[in-house]
Amino acid sequence: MRHRTQILTAAALGLIAVASATHAQSSTLDSVKKRGDLRCGVNIGLAGFSAPDDKGEWTGLDVDFCRAVASAIFKDPTKVKFVPLSAKERFTALQSGEIDLLSRNTTWTMSRDTQQGLAFVGVTYYDGQGFLVKKSLDLKSVAQLAGASICMQTGTTNELNVADYFRTRSLTYNPVVFEKNEEAVAAFNLGRCDAYTTDASGLYAQRIKLADPSAYVVLPEIISKEPLGPAVRQGDDQWANLVQWTLFAWLNAEGLGVTQENVDEMINSGNPEIRRLLGTEGEYGLGIGLDNDWAYQIVKNVGNYGQSFERNVGKGSRLDIARDQNKLWKDGGLHYAPPIR
Amino acid sequence: MASTRNGSPQETQSFAWLYDPRTRGIILQIALLVGVAAFFIEIGLNTAANLNAQNIATGFGFLDRTAGFDISQTLVPYKSTSTYGQVFWVGLTNTLLVAVIGIVLATVFGFVIGLARLSSNWLVARLGTVYVETIRNVPLLLQLLAWYFTLLIALPSPDAALELPLGVGVTNRGLYLPAPVWEPGLGAVLIAALAGIAGAVAIGIWARRKRLATGEQVPAFWYGLAVVVMPALVVFLSLGAPISFEYPTPGRFNLDGGIVLLPELMALLLGLTLYTAAFIAEIVRSGIEAVPRGQKEAAAALGLHPWQVQRLVVIPQAMRVIIPPLTNQYLNLTKNSSLAVAIGYPDLVSVFAGTVLNQTNQAVEVILITMGVYLAISLLTALLMNWFNARMALVER
Repeated sequence: MRHRTQILTAAALGLIAVASATHAQSSTLDSVKKRGDLRCGVNIGLAGFSAPDDKGEWTGLDVDFCRAVASAIFKDPTKVKFVPLSAKERFTALQSGEIDLLSRNTTWTMSRDTQQGLAFVGVTYYDGQGFLVKKSLDLKSVAQLAGASICMQTGTTNELNVADYFRTRSLTYNPVVFEKNEEAVAAFNLGRCDAYTTDASGLYAQRIKLADPSAYVVLPEIISKEPLGPAVRQGDDQWANLVQWTLFAWLNAEGLGVTQENVDEMINSGNPEIRRLLGTEGEYGLGIGLDNDWAYQIVKNVGNYGQSFERNVGKGSRLDIARDQNKLWKDGGLHYAPPIR
Repeated sequence: MASTRNGSPQETQSFAWLYDPRTRGIILQIALLVGVAAFFIEIGLNTAANLNAQNIATGFGFLDRTAGFDISQTLVPYKSTSTYGQVFWVGLTNTLLVAVIGIVLATVFGFVIGLARLSSNWLVARLGTVYVETIRNVPLLLQLLAWYFTLLIALPSPDAALELPLGVGVTNRGLYLPAPVWEPGLGAVLIAALAGIAGAVAIGIWARRKRLATGEQVPAFWYGLAVVVMPALVVFLSLGAPISFEYPTPGRFNLDGGIVLLPELMALLLGLTLYTAAFIAEIVRSGIEAVPRGQKEAAAALGLHPWQVQRLVVIPQAMRVIIPPLTNQYLNLTKNSSLAVAIGYPDLVSVFAGTVLNQTNQAVEVILITMGVYLAISLLTALLMNWFNARMALVER
């Protein structure tokens, strides 16, 4: 009887068991290679970070990072399947194996890094939470929003930061919380709220979508630290290394002056740092399961970090966000990538 | 030889039960039950093992942790320092509020539309038809968004708040009502009112007995109303009207004070009520049409007033047809209220299966609790309606 039940159970559970077993054992890199594309979780629509353009092509800083990883693996930036996710869905999608990599303006926090089965590998954008208000209100500080209605998106660190901010100052406010950013912005646009809050980068992205962008200002005060970065599942160190060093190679390429345009000349450079980055010296691809030209492919196909930044959110884009703390360390910013050696 | 001959029938007999279809049926049933149970236990264990392997927190301990976020509408005491467990109660009460008000409004409105469709007035009947066919053929989520954004556009901004009599203020931030402030002595008024209600019930029973015994009609409703209102009113006035109101006043951004009906709540109620009413209208119409014409004619032949025909003959019989599908609509309305998340109303799905799930990331536990709650609400509603149905069914002899 017991035996038969076990057979029955085993048979019925065959699919689930096999799926979970392979999921636990085979490496993410192997399954990505076997599948022939990288599944990358991105934002449904956040101008500058990940949004489809008028031709239906995904563009943005987060999207470029997915393409950089795909370039390193496949030598082809198009071998990415973008999976648009809401804030609420993103972690479950990564945990369940639906995506290989989450590159979706996600704040690196302790609880997410330690209790939710995620591993953050670095920071692609140093952000902080800000507030978008009507210019006519003539506000100088966030604290002046006491008693105001504030629109925001659910499932974000923003929701907690606002609560903390007003609680520490013993002020009150009325939160209006939406599942999707689109509805939060639409409600704000129609006057449901006095302020809309999200990461400062998002505020600039949303402002250009409003009926009259010039009637709104972003308050100068930033109330939180929001280091946004890519995350992978815990338990596959090789994969985490690969994604992490893709980011570092991206940043180092900018530091070394290697760009999409000059990368083919730089291969012949005598600078040992550049030679190691582009794979003409050393065997650095080996440790992450790739060919030695992995970083060359990244720069060749996507450009370096600075190029992607300017193209998507900086001077070359409608957002026109200043680089400030997102400059490299040597220019006074916070990005500091360990060396490739 | 003899022993073998004796042995074989015995052997056959001891395994005879194997050939009994009843016994085999029972064994198969048990085997199936064990199989299904084992299946779910295996899924549970497998899930737990996988979550553990992926270093994802499990268990229900998170319910005691501090939530750290605020909620726009709380019917039970809540601060951002409250626990996730308290968030659950806030979400549950918000869902129940919408469900209960929505069910009452949808029933009333549905009956009105259903009767309108049966009206002999051509225009009224056509309007009813247009309403039903339009509303029930457009997805509810779209209707909710349409109502929400329409309300936000149509209602004035707080600096141009529309002021209605009795201190009611209307803005696109909500409908502001004066909040009653209880003052000492109001308890006595309540006690008087409660005593009045008890008295009214007694009058009702007495009137019914008298009618059954003698056939004499007593205006029990008016007597009852007097018994409820008069003593309470006397106590209220003699104590010098022990109640005051806190009126909403213009603040820096919004009206402050008073009771606020959020536009999210209004849009959700509007959408759910109108949508469900369209279905209830059809149920009501079919119920009334199911009563044979002969019943009405017989009642009329007995000399009953047309209104009495409806109240005493048609409606009670129609109710038997109406109630079971009506229950389904009540359940649908309750479950549909989870669409609230789209328009920012803090219902159970929005704050608990949304925000809490995201902050704790314990999807399995949170979703299990949420599904359990909806199941419990639905079963309870169904139970109440079944009881009501059984009572109504007794009307038939």
